Amino acid sequence: MRPLKIIVLAKQVPDTRHVGADAMKPDGTVNRGKLATIFNPDDLHALELALNIKDRVKGTEVIVLTMGPKRAADIIRESYYRGADYGIMISDKRFGGADTLATSYTLVKGIQKLAPFDLILGGRQAIDGDTAQVGPQCADKLKIPQVTYVEEIVNIKDDEIAARRRLEKGVETVSSPFPCLMTVHGSSPTCRSRHAKKVMKYKYARTGTELKSRKTDEVLLSLHEKRPYLNIPEWSVEDIDAEIEKIGLSGSPTKVKSVESIVLTAKESKKLSDSDTDIEMMIKELIEQHTIG
Amino acid sequence: MKSVFVYCEVENQKVAEISQELLSAGKRLAQKLGSPLEAMVLGKSLNEIKSQIAPFGVDKLFVADDDRLEPYRTLPHTALATDVLKKVDPQIVLFGATSVGRDLAPRIASVLNCGLTADCTILDIGDHFDKKEKKEYKDLLYAIRPAFGGSIMANIINWDQHPQMATVREGVMKKEIFNKNYKTEVVEVKVSEIVKDEDFIVRIIERHIEESGVNLKEAPIIVAGGYGVGSKENFQHLVDLADLLGGEVGGSRAAVDAGFIEYDRQIGQTGTTVRPKLYIAAGISGAIQHRAGMQEASLIISINNDHEAPINKIADYVIHGDLGEVVPKMIKYYKENAK
Repeated sequence: MRPLKIIVLAKQVPDTRHVGADAMKPDGTVNRGKLATIFNPDDLHALELALNIKDRVKGTEVIVLTMGPKRAADIIRESYYRGADYGIMISDKRFGGADTLATSYTLVKGIQKLAPFDLILGGRQAIDGDTAQVGPQCADKLKIPQVTYVEEIVNIKDDEIAARRRLEKGVETVSSPFPCLMTVHGSSPTCRSRHAKKVMKYKYARTGTELKSRKTDEVLLSLHEKRPYLNIPEWSVEDIDAEIEKIGLSGSPTKVKSVESIVLTAKESKKLSDSDTDIEMMIKELIEQHTIG
Repeated sequence: MKSVFVYCEVENQKVAEISQELLSAGKRLAQKLGSPLEAMVLGKSLNEIKSQIAPFGVDKLFVADDDRLEPYRTLPHTALATDVLKKVDPQIVLFGATSVGRDLAPRIASVLNCGLTADCTILDIGDHFDKKEKKEYKDLLYAIRPAFGGSIMANIINWDQHPQMATVREGVMKKEIFNKNYKTEVVEVKVSEIVKDEDFIVRIIERHIEESGVNLKEAPIIVAGGYGVGSKENFQHLVDLADLLGGEVGGSRAAVDAGFIEYDRQIGQTGTTVRPKLYIAAGISGAIQHRAGMQEASLIISINNDHEAPINKIADYVIHGDLGEVVPKMIKYYKENAK
């Protein structure tokens, strides 16, 4: 079996399970600075799938590509700790405010810079939007087949790969020629933990922006000079040769017209305790109303 | 006026439930706009399909009938759908937020270079004044969905790259027959002229579809648990209660993610939307994504040890306490009092 070149698309997302009141800007876009960030859960599954293929097919290379602001470099470090071979950031203020169409265009421009490749993997969806759109949109722009909702790779040959997909009402096993794009379902194995040696090796990995923005730390700078692998590349609009009208807000057909906080119109609810009296009273009422019984 | 267009899914020559709901929602939008409703169905042996679709008030139906189109595969369906959409040039296109719709719609949006809003819970028509361009846009699709952990509802619009596309979950839109004798024009799509051999390079090796035994949508009583249930073992209390009352067990996304309950029992925006006569929510805090899937229940009981849980505000009965104690008591008093 020949070695494969795999690109994993990963996103840093706000932890939407813990959202505060200042999470949105007045223009309706997300105020990312105010939120704790995490590695998008489905993307970690995608990384695991890639590393699993690397375990099975000797010489396989796993490259992680992320688009995001400066602090998204955490995604690259985290990927190194878990076994990725290489990581690249697409980062430029002009990419901000992108919807899925503009995002997929931008990612594809980055992917094309890394071509040729065999397999693109990404999570099924990101928890900040739950759209599941970026994967299929990238596949279209790359003119390659897509296999969505993958939970297991069942077979790999030199020219094709077979995977089991998790559908709403069942499973389906399909085979696609290389190159192709797969989105990975949360029912696939969870990602392996960080590897202590890799944490040691990569904990000082930094982007150029990070190196500049910190207080000049001579030790860190000289470390980076001696160990070029610690440098995390950052690609700008020009680096990926992106057309300005196709990226960011201007490349996004969908616009947020308005956002409304959710105000619950409180019902007249009956407040009960867990006492026997209260619960028996309620059950009797429900039976009388023919709701139950 | 340009049309409202619905992509219909078929399973074994039957129009999927979600597609019937979308046709109804599409008809309501079309009437507001004064536009025709058009639809497309791709599959095999579809000679009887028109009679199922016409009553929803479809003016024109595009049928692509070919053995190779079932089961669904991304590439041939994308090729056919984009070909039809380019010719029809509709104003609005609706898809189900299903395994198929969520695979297909974004691919089509990429080909057509248009906007797509996922998992909408409300669709409406309205205007927009763009302050930058100082221009008024009439009759846009308002694609409204909960966003961001459910703290907000976002109204997403798209005025410059048509068509405006949206996906909707099953159970969200109300299904209604428009006119049993509606006259629908059928247009046959010439499949072989549009799809190429290379559109079939992804092969289906094996397929196993379970007719899910779970039917949350039809259940009159649902006992649902959230993350607050705490464990798979504790969920058994809810199963016992549901069995006794003749209902089904459901769960919030957090409960499904935690592995307390299977995915096909998830209730909410990214699961099933239900309208039972009784909904018992145990250990569910009630993020809007969950409420979007159950708030139309006739009667809601919340069992929670958090006084501030948002779900309490929409509940008819709020029981403050631990479900491990409350649920067995409900079982006991039901057995004693039911005839």
